[in-house]
Amino acid sequence: MNKAEILIIDDEPPIRKLLEITLESNDYKVWQAETGKEGIILAANHPPELILLDIGLPDKSGHEILKELRTWYNKAIIILSVLNNEADIVAALDNGATDYLTKPFRNAELLARIRSAIRKNQTNNNERKIICGDLEIDIIARVVSKNNQFLKLTATEYNLLLLFAKNEGRVLTHQYILKEIWGVGAQTETQYLRVFVGTLRKKIETNPNQPKHLFTESGVGYRFI
Amino acid sequence: MISILLVLFTSIACFFSMYFIGYKTVALLLLMTVSVLAMLFDILPVLIAAVLSALVWNFFFIPPIFTFHISNTEDLLMFLLYFVIALVNAVLTFKIRKEEKKARDKEEKEKTIKLYNTLLNSLSHELRTPISTIIGSVDSLKISNEKISSVNQLELLNQIDIASIRLNRQVENLLNMSRLETGILKPSIDWCDTNELVNSVIQKQIFNHHQTIIFEPNEQLPLFKFDRGLIEQVLQNLLHNAINYTPQNSIIKIVASQQSNYCIISVSDNGNGIPENEMQYLFDKFYRLPQSKTGGSGLGLSIVKGFVEAHQGQVYVKNNKDKGTIFTIKIPSEISYTNYLKNE
Repeated sequence: MNKAEILIIDDEPPIRKLLEITLESNDYKVWQAETGKEGIILAANHPPELILLDIGLPDKSGHEILKELRTWYNKAIIILSVLNNEADIVAALDNGATDYLTKPFRNAELLARIRSAIRKNQTNNNERKIICGDLEIDIIARVVSKNNQFLKLTATEYNLLLLFAKNEGRVLTHQYILKEIWGVGAQTETQYLRVFVGTLRKKIETNPNQPKHLFTESGVGYRFI
Repeated sequence: MISILLVLFTSIACFFSMYFIGYKTVALLLLMTVSVLAMLFDILPVLIAAVLSALVWNFFFIPPIFTFHISNTEDLLMFLLYFVIALVNAVLTFKIRKEEKKARDKEEKEKTIKLYNTLLNSLSHELRTPISTIIGSVDSLKISNEKISSVNQLELLNQIDIASIRLNRQVENLLNMSRLETGILKPSIDWCDTNELVNSVIQKQIFNHHQTIIFEPNEQLPLFKFDRGLIEQVLQNLLHNAINYTPQNSIIKIVASQQSNYCIISVSDNGNGIPENEMQYLFDKFYRLPQSKTGGSGLGLSIVKGFVEAHQGQVYVKNNKDKGTIFTIKIPSEISYTNYLKNE
């Protein structure tokens, strides 16, 4: 099997070195660019499977590079940011970033994000079943089971779970979820989202107070694993 | 305005008592009024009062009264003297006050410098300790693999890990503090599930602790509107303190409730409590309790206060009746009873 290729666009040599060692030791092939301009040229000449893009680059803002890349590049882009600034992250996700990581991050987290983002590249939409740990979603029959026990979900809860499961491992913003489930007019109705996430957790989590599937990303959205 | 009124008031009072005190005493009384004013107000109102009182005295009190005319030389001299004394009085008092202000400013500045030094000391300690750990451990690991057992190598790596997290935490504190100081902090408010928030804060306590943390989710709790990230930081800091400054096996209890339009969250412990006379300084920047153990920057609680106040909320601390301390935050908030949705 060919190694998946990853392009790193980051101006900090120590971060590039760290990413290079970590990724190569996990069987990825790594390309590196120091500036946004260089990154865009590299990506155009040789489109990688995934791009790790630092949002705070010296020559251009990562947001601009993201927009530029998204005019033709449709595979995964994961944003790296030192700013723990939710508004910034949400803006990047709305501009087409697949996921984000804030520095400092743990390697295990980085690798999990990369795996799930690359999987997203390859997903075909004809799956009949989605299995996440102890949960099994039968898309044709519209039924969910946990440890082989059927769960009673309402229509909204089911739709929400299906949306999460189809984007397993990826963060979904509040706006995106609201638009997908309740439609374009409902994008400010975050209280519905809170309530349904609460009830969904009670049904799918073994201990809803310590979720293992559905995680809150403060100020950004939710992540389903 | 007040100065003019006060002069007039004194004059009227004097006018009615003129039969008993004589118009020369009135001059002294008016002078006194001007002096009192000089102690209270700025230079301009005092000067106005001085001029006004001189004219009033002349017009109403120096015979012939109800004219600005002065008939005898002695009165004329007295009037001029009155005028000069009142002005000198005003100017002198003003000068004294200016000096006082200078002294106060100097004192304030010295206090700031002292605070700044405390900041530098505690900061350099808080930042240098983990950095030393990291540099030292890396040196040991680099030099020789044979001399250090694999168990100790792992231990050094763990120490680097812990030190990095501590360093990151302090940097976060400093960044939060500067967000507060520069006044750019604007809570981005949205609906929050407080039970979920408290649970996730408890989950994030990654370090080993020897206390029991109790939280019963309050099923009746409505959704509140606040900045989840900021309140998460607030609760994290309160919980971090409770864990760090209570003895092993203490019990830490978190309670979330609603009182009219307020979200109320309290973090209490059954530790050693806080001396009553220290309570008032607790939320001051860089303040740490005397004899508290090393580590900690004195920023945690001031950030708690800043973030809660950014929501127009309040934070209270008091010692429990029997044992330990209770911190309570009270945040005004919109309330959403969407619980009925649960039965769609």
